[in-house]
Amino acid sequence: MTTNTHETEIISDPDVPLVRIIRGFDAPREKVFRAHTDPELVVQWLGPRRHEMRIDHFDCRTGGSYRYLHVSDGSEYGFHGCFHEVRPSETIVQTFTYEGVPDGVALERLVFEDTGDGRTLLTSTSLVDTFEGRDAFVASGMEDGLREAYERLDELLAG
Amino acid sequence: MTADPLSKMFSALADPTRRDIVARLAIGDATVGELARPYDVTVQAVSKHLKVLEGAGLVSRSQDAQRRPVHLEAEVFDLMTKWIERYRLRAEERYRRLDGLLRTMPDDIEPMPPETGAPR
Repeated sequence: MTTNTHETEIISDPDVPLVRIIRGFDAPREKVFRAHTDPELVVQWLGPRRHEMRIDHFDCRTGGSYRYLHVSDGSEYGFHGCFHEVRPSETIVQTFTYEGVPDGVALERLVFEDTGDGRTLLTSTSLVDTFEGRDAFVASGMEDGLREAYERLDELLAG
Repeated sequence: MTADPLSKMFSALADPTRRDIVARLAIGDATVGELARPYDVTVQAVSKHLKVLEGAGLVSRSQDAQRRPVHLEAEVFDLMTKWIERYRLRAEERYRRLDGLLRTMPDDIEPMPPETGAPR
């Protein structure tokens, strides 16, 4: 386990359609947790850099739900889900749907782990029902990069 | 040809034997016989795996009729790795913003925001 580095680690499981992101934070887990549950804080970091993030509603408690939008150049991209289980400072289990693909849903589990010295290890796992869905999920919000990748891939496969 | 290229690559690499074959080919080209040797499988079984890898564009076979060595399309393989790396960087970028935000928050903050009562 990486204790000294902050760098994000990605695990794309070959056997199960899930993606896992592991990241260390130099802050106690109450703080990291609050940054995930308080809409006034969430809006400050969750959205992609190029887009404005607008929260429709964000009720982070067991049985609550959320919906937010990424807005850029007049286009809106909506995301919503339910908070299935919220255990303060420990765990958030939630669903996640990109409204462009309304039938697609990911089940996400965020685990906040106290690693001592006032540091927190956050492991977020997103599980979808197919590998295609997982790959689309990984690709979401990175359409430019993906298009570029497809173009290059077509060239390579043609050559 | 329904699945998109990246999904094909992911599913081609979903099999541990095929990942082994790719790892072996990363060292250098090899014949089907050479690839089959370390495994307790037939040449036919390895050929089947190679067909899947070939279909995903990850390996190719030369026209040399006798040996037909298998070649890893390293550039295609790198492309997939790069794609995941881009996803990783996107997450890292987001989390760096979170780092900055965490520095501005008081240490003794409650993990949950205060109840607002009425829905907003």
